[in-house]
Amino acid sequence: MDPKTLRFSKTHEWVHLNGDIATVGVSDFAVKELTDIVHLEFPEVGTSVSAGQPFGEIESVKSVNDLYSPVAGVIEAVNSDLEDNLALMSDDPYGAGWVVRIKVSDASAYESLLDHAAYEQMCQSGH
Amino acid sequence: MLQTALHDWHAANGGRMVDFAGWSMPIQYSTITVEHAAVRERVGLFDIAHMGRIIFTGPDAEKFLDRLLTNDVTRLRVGQVRYSLVCNEQGGILDDVLVYRFEDRYMLVVNASNRDKIVSWIEEHRGGFDVQVDDQTTTTFMFALQGPRSLDVLGPNASADLGSMKYYTVLDAEVFGKKATISRTGYTGEDGFEVIVSLAEGSEVWQSVLQSGAEADITPCGLGCRDTLRLEAAMPLYGHEMDERTDPLTAGLAFGVKMDAGEFFGKSALKVISARTDLPVRVGLKLEGKRIAREGAIVRAENAEVGHITSGTFSPTLNEVIAMAYVPGNLSQPGTAVEVDIRGKCVAAEVVALPFYRRQK
Repeated sequence: MDPKTLRFSKTHEWVHLNGDIATVGVSDFAVKELTDIVHLEFPEVGTSVSAGQPFGEIESVKSVNDLYSPVAGVIEAVNSDLEDNLALMSDDPYGAGWVVRIKVSDASAYESLLDHAAYEQMCQSGH
Repeated sequence: MLQTALHDWHAANGGRMVDFAGWSMPIQYSTITVEHAAVRERVGLFDIAHMGRIIFTGPDAEKFLDRLLTNDVTRLRVGQVRYSLVCNEQGGILDDVLVYRFEDRYMLVVNASNRDKIVSWIEEHRGGFDVQVDDQTTTTFMFALQGPRSLDVLGPNASADLGSMKYYTVLDAEVFGKKATISRTGYTGEDGFEVIVSLAEGSEVWQSVLQSGAEADITPCGLGCRDTLRLEAAMPLYGHEMDERTDPLTAGLAFGVKMDAGEFFGKSALKVISARTDLPVRVGLKLEGKRIAREGAIVRAENAEVGHITSGTFSPTLNEVIAMAYVPGNLSQPGTAVEVDIRGKCVAAEVVALPFYRRQK
């Protein structure tokens, strides 16, 4: 996916919204900052998530960080390909490196997410 | 913030700079696992100029250090290096150090995070000793060359025969024509050398090492892999496996304590501690899964808290999660099953013998 068509959270998740399905991943910037990702802790399919709340963890050699849901809904799918191949997150962060798909119940939070330009600006300013 | 002689080089070569004990140091240049593997398989170059370097001269240098250190300084021969602790009167660890004996001086290499504390401790206790103390940390540069190809890279460029140096020995010589102090020591579990040169010549020597190491695919390495390497080798890190509330016997560092040596700070307290049988033991753990048990995580057995994690990481060499922990003596045998609470979820773990990794000699 072209990152310019995505929305981004301040906590570095990206979202692609297609109807009521949101595909969520971790930005290229965040993956490069973390380096050495060793594990993703996925939510169970069917778990309810709310906007701004953690739904999983991303663990690197240096640190562990929560993954935050950018929208409210129910986890519809997790990318189990990542379990054996975390390199997909750095090789193709906006495609094969997606993390979860959420069936959106409330997309209102989507509108307040950053567009690509604003996200890039935030990263460059050191946040 | 303090900067080493290579600060600009690090920044210009992709080093991610972090504050470490008041020094701006590179945590990594590429990735921690790539740099880690370079040291295990070939050779890595580390800026370790943040480590404190304190020189002792004068007629009472030996006597003073023997009072300061838990190891027996009087038995140290010229050219030898020894691991030792600096303890307070209660037997708590103020720092873990290396002591070096030369023809004309002694040197202590201390942790960056403890340098101010140790310098003050020395000042406080040197009264009555005819000893001169010179903290050369900011007037010299220190780097480490670590990995199986270290000798190939440094040996041909040194004025002394480095190949015949035994592990934990030191000598004064030249590298690339510059005056240097070279020891066969390190903090990675691999063969290697630690080298001190003047501050002014630090950058030139560093770049000469890189150039002559190109054939061996030498890799600049940051503090990130220094931590994963030392953890695989089960080397303790001050502030993690030990602090002022930990004594060296509990920390598994009895080899750095010589109870038959002369009087030293903490000796009478350690004598009492050595008779106790109820103290926790530092052990290694291997964990199921890929989640890392980090410092402070609680170790549990039979539904009770029994200890805590001091350091944990994903081991790039073993491809599994490893940690060090303190547990009661009756749970310290390899093979013992325990659990670790990682952010609210318990993960199965097994006590294993240390070190996790030992190089083939």
